[in-house]
Amino acid sequence: MAQTLTEFDTIAAISTPIGEGGISIVRMSGEDAVKIANKVFKGADLTKVPTHTIHYGHIIDPETDKTIDESMVTVLRAPKTFTREDIVEINCHGGIVVTNHILQLLLANGARMADPGEFTKRAFVNGRIDLTQAESVMDIVRAKTDKARQVAVGQLAGGLLEKIRAMRKEILDTLANVEVNIDYPEYDADQITAKQMADTSKDVIAKIDKLLKTAQEGTILRNGLATAIVGQPNVGKSSLLNYLTQSDKAIVTDVAGTTRDTLEEYVSVNGVPLKLIDTAGIHHTEDKVEKIGVERSQKALKQADLVLLLIDGSQDLNDEDKALIKETADKKRIIILNKMDLGQKLSIEDMKKLTGSEVISTSILKEENLDALADLIKKLFFAGIENSNDQVMVTNQRQSGLLAKAKKQLQDVVKAVDDEVPVDIAQIDFNDAWDTLGEITGDSAPDELINTLFSQFCLGK
Amino acid sequence: MKVYDTNEYDVIVVGAGHAGCEAALASAHMGLKTLVLTIGLDMVAFMPCNPSVGGPAKGTVVREIDALGGQMGKNIDATYIQMRMLNTGKGPAVRALRAQADKNKYHERMKDTIENTPNLTLRQAVVDQLVVEDGVCKGVITNTGARYHAKSVVLTTGTAARGRIFIGELNYSSGPNNTIPAIKLSENLEKLGFKLRRFKTGTPPRVNGNTIDFSKTEEEPGDKIPRHFSYETRDADYLKDQVSCWMTYTNPVTHEIINDNLDRSPMFSGDIVGVGPRYCPSIETKVVRFADKNRHQLFLEPEGLNTKEYYVGDFSTSMPEEVQLRMLHTVAGLEHAEMMRPGYAIEYDVIDPWQLTHTLETKNIKNLFAAGQMNGTSGYEEAAGQGLIAGINAALRAQGKPGFTLGRDEAYIGVLIDDLVTKGTNEPYRLLTSRAEYRLILRHDNADLRLTPYGHKLGLISDERYEKFEEKKKAIEEAKEKLASITIHPTDEVQEFLRNIGEDKLSAGLKADVFLRRPRVKIDDIEKITGEKISDDRYVKEQVEINIKYAGYIKKEQVRIDRLHRQEAKKIPEDIDYNAIEGLATEARQKFEKIRPETLAQAERISGVNPADLAILSVYIQNGRYSKVKK
Repeated sequence: MAQTLTEFDTIAAISTPIGEGGISIVRMSGEDAVKIANKVFKGADLTKVPTHTIHYGHIIDPETDKTIDESMVTVLRAPKTFTREDIVEINCHGGIVVTNHILQLLLANGARMADPGEFTKRAFVNGRIDLTQAESVMDIVRAKTDKARQVAVGQLAGGLLEKIRAMRKEILDTLANVEVNIDYPEYDADQITAKQMADTSKDVIAKIDKLLKTAQEGTILRNGLATAIVGQPNVGKSSLLNYLTQSDKAIVTDVAGTTRDTLEEYVSVNGVPLKLIDTAGIHHTEDKVEKIGVERSQKALKQADLVLLLIDGSQDLNDEDKALIKETADKKRIIILNKMDLGQKLSIEDMKKLTGSEVISTSILKEENLDALADLIKKLFFAGIENSNDQVMVTNQRQSGLLAKAKKQLQDVVKAVDDEVPVDIAQIDFNDAWDTLGEITGDSAPDELINTLFSQFCLGK
Repeated sequence: MKVYDTNEYDVIVVGAGHAGCEAALASAHMGLKTLVLTIGLDMVAFMPCNPSVGGPAKGTVVREIDALGGQMGKNIDATYIQMRMLNTGKGPAVRALRAQADKNKYHERMKDTIENTPNLTLRQAVVDQLVVEDGVCKGVITNTGARYHAKSVVLTTGTAARGRIFIGELNYSSGPNNTIPAIKLSENLEKLGFKLRRFKTGTPPRVNGNTIDFSKTEEEPGDKIPRHFSYETRDADYLKDQVSCWMTYTNPVTHEIINDNLDRSPMFSGDIVGVGPRYCPSIETKVVRFADKNRHQLFLEPEGLNTKEYYVGDFSTSMPEEVQLRMLHTVAGLEHAEMMRPGYAIEYDVIDPWQLTHTLETKNIKNLFAAGQMNGTSGYEEAAGQGLIAGINAALRAQGKPGFTLGRDEAYIGVLIDDLVTKGTNEPYRLLTSRAEYRLILRHDNADLRLTPYGHKLGLISDERYEKFEEKKKAIEEAKEKLASITIHPTDEVQEFLRNIGEDKLSAGLKADVFLRRPRVKIDDIEKITGEKISDDRYVKEQVEINIKYAGYIKKEQVRIDRLHRQEAKKIPEDIDYNAIEGLATEARQKFEKIRPETLAQAERISGVNPADLAILSVYIQNGRYSKVKK
C-alpha cells in the first residue's frame, strides 16, 4: 500500500537516469540514512563525519566483505537538506549493474525502496519549501506531472493500455450485471452466478499472467540480459568470455546456479547489463567431450534472453553449426562469424539471408571488430525494450506490482466462490481488482491522491 | 396581499411529504416548537407514485431512519399489506426488505402521528416567500399573507415547485396528483440567488382491480417469515393475511402502439425539457432504448385494502390518455382493464444540491435547510432520510448547537447526502447499493447497531429503547464468547451432520466460532449438536453469524474506512481562498469554489478534479500546518 504522509522511514533510490552515464548517484533519505550507508562503506566512519562533506572509499557487501565499487559518498545531515532529513548520496561509477547492486545493498541493510517522487514529497511535507516557493514548485510539479502522464501513456501505448482496458471491460460487464441483480432483484436480467464471476476472474488472471511474463523482460533492465554464448568447440567462446569478463567494468559474482560448477557472471557492455549464463560450462565445453557440452548449452539456451552464436567464419558451415542455428532460431541472437583474421568463407549477407538474424564478423583473438559487437548488443537490447511492437510489455515495477495485486484480488474472488461466499461479497475483491487495473491505465485514482501525484512524478526526485 | 404577523416558531417545515414529515417530527421530538405547512392536508405523507416502501438500499435507509428515531419504519409497519425480503439468495449486505403500503392508511397514520405530537403544529398553506435578513432565513410568508417567524426553516417542496403535468399533448401547471403547484416560492428562491434546474419524473396509470384477469398473471405473495422495518415492531404483530402483487409483461403489440405514437409523447416531442431518471424510465423510453427486447416486466400492485386501484408498476408513461388505454389493453390480464387514472409525467424545479452542505443547510442563506425531492433525489426513502437529517439540523441550529452529519461509512443516508453535495446530480438521484463503498458495513440488519447511539444522543431515541439496544449489544458479545468457549468434537453425529449439509468432515475438534465459519453451518445447528443455548434472539444470532462468517471481508472494508478517516481528518479551512492558490487548474478552482469541500476526503470525490489539483490543495493546507511547526 502507498505510504501515508507521516510514515517517514528511510528510503533509497537511484536518482540519476539509468543507463550509461559516467557517474550514477544512489540517494538515501531518512533517520537511518547515515547508519545504513556506513554499513556498506569502507573508508571514513560516516557516522562521525561532519555534515555536508564528501568521502572517498569503497562500497562493500558487508556479508561477504567483497568490494563492489569505489565511490565518493556525501553526507548531508538534517535539516539543511532537500528533504529536511538526513541524506546520503553515493556516487558510483555508473552502469546499471553496479548501481543496482549498491541500491540492493542499501535495501538489504534497512532502507526501503522509495516510491516514485517520494523525495520531493518529503521535501514538501517537511516544510522544506515555503509557501511562495511551494507555489512555484507546484507549477513545475504540474508540468512534470502532466509530462509524466504523457510518458506513462506513451509506455502504455504498445497495446498494454488496450489490453488492460479490455480486462477492465470484461470485469465491468460482469460487475454491472451483478449490481443490476442486486439493485433490481425482480427484473428479468440474467442472474450472474458466483460461478460466472469466478470464471471471469480466472479468465482475467490468465491474461494478467501473460502480461506479467513480459514484465520479466522489463526487469532485464535491473537484472541483466541473460546471455548464452554457444558454438562448437574451439570456435572462440572462451576467448569471447574472457574478453567480456576482463573488461574494467566487469563484476564477477559467484551466485550458485543449478549445478555446483555453474557460474553466472555479470558484465556491462556499453552500459547494457549482461548476465552470462553457465560461464563454467563455456570453459568446460571448449575442451571436453561433446555430450556434456551439448546438454549444458541446451540448458543455457533455455534460460537465455540473448544468444551469442559463434561460428568459425573461416570454414564452411558444418552440421553442428546448422543444428545450433536451428536450435536458436526462436531466440534473440547475434551470429558471430569469428576468426575473420583467418580469411572469410562465410559471407555476412549469406548468413543474414539464411538466419534472418544480426550477423557480424570478428576476430576475438585479435580483438578486431569487438566494438561493433558491443554496439550490436546495445542496439538489440534497446530495440527489445523500446520497440516490441508485436509484443505488449510491462516495463515498470509499478505496473507489474499493480498487475500482481489485481491477480491476487481475482484469486481471492475464485477462492471465495469456492468457499460458497455469496456473490455480492465475493464481488468486493472483484471490484477492487477492477480499481487496481484502473490505476495502471489511469482510469481510476486511488484514495490517497497526493501519493498518486507523486507517483507520476519521476523516480527519486 | 397585506402581510400580517402570526406566531413564532423555532422551526418551520415547508411541505409535509416524506421529507417534511420526518423533518417536522424530528424537530418536535427534540423539543422545539415546530410548524409544518402543507399545500394540502390530504397530501400528508402521500404516495403519488408506487405504493411501496423499501427495496435494495432504500430499505436500509428506512431502518437507518428508524435507528435514528424517525417515523417511516413505524408508519409502514403499521400500514403494510405485504412484506417481502428481496435478495435472499445473496449475501447479508444486499438483502432488502420491501413492503406494499396501504397508501391511504399510510397517509392517515402519519397525519395522525403528526397531529398528536407535542410541540408540532400542522397547517395547510402555500408558502410564497422566505423571510431573509442579512443572509439569514427567519421565517416564511404564505399566499394568504401570514408571516411566520422561526429560527430555522426546512424546505421540502417535492415536485410541487413550478410543477407541470404532461399527458400527451395536454400539459398544465400542477403539483403531484393534481394538487396546487408552488409557483412563487421558486421565483423567490431564484431571486435569493439559488440555481434551480428542471427535473422530470413520471407515474403509470392506475387500473381497477375488478377488471384485471389475474389468472393471466403471475402471483407474487408476501413472506411467511415475519420481518419489519422498525426495530421496535414485534414479530408477533406480523400481518397474517397479506395481499399479493402480480406480474405480467408487455409484448410486441404494446411496443408497436408505443412506437406508432412516439410523436405524441411529450418525452419525444420536445415539450419536456426536464431530465428524467435513467434507472426508472418511462415505458416509451424503454421501448425505444431497448428495441431488441420484445417484452418488459410489469407489476400490478394493490394500492390498499379499501380501494380497487392497482398501480401498473414499470408502465410509467406520458402518452395521451387514449394511447395509454390502448397500450394497457394489449397486456396479458389487462385486456379489459378499466383505467381509473392516466399516467403522467411531471416536471419540477430542484435546487442544484451542491448549494447545500452536509447538514443540508444552504450555503448562501444561513438557517435555511432543504430536503427531499427538491434536492434532486427520487424516492420516498431518500426523501425521508434527508428530511430527518435536515429536521435534526434545523433543530440543532435553533438551539445554537453544532450540526449532525453521517459519514459514507456510517449510513446510506450519509452516502446519499455526500453524493448530492459533493457530486451534484444530473438526473433524479436514486440510492443504489453500488453507490456505497462500504456496503458490507452498511447492512439493513445492523442499522440499529450503527445509529441508535446517535438517535439517543439527539434525544430521538427513548432511554427505554436505548437500554434494550444495549442489551442486544451485550447479548451479541455474550453469544460470541459462548461460541468461542464451546468445542465441537468430530463425533459420528457431527460428521453425519456435515455430510448431510454437504460440508467436509472434521479432522479434529475445534471451537464453535471457527466451526461457524463454514458456509452452511448455522448457530441453530451448533445449538442442536452441543445442546448449548447460544441465544434466544434470532436477531442476535443473525449478527453473530454475519460477523463471524464474513469477518475477513468486514476487516477489509474496515481498512478502507480507516484510510477514509485519515483523509477526512484533513480539514480544509472554511475561509480558504482558492484564488490565492497558484497552480490550480481553472476547472478545479471553479469546482472547489462551487462545492467548497470540507475535508480532503470530500475534495477527492469531486468529479473532474485531477490528482495534481488535489496535491496542490493538500500541500497548501499542510503548508499552513508545517509553517507553524517550523518556528
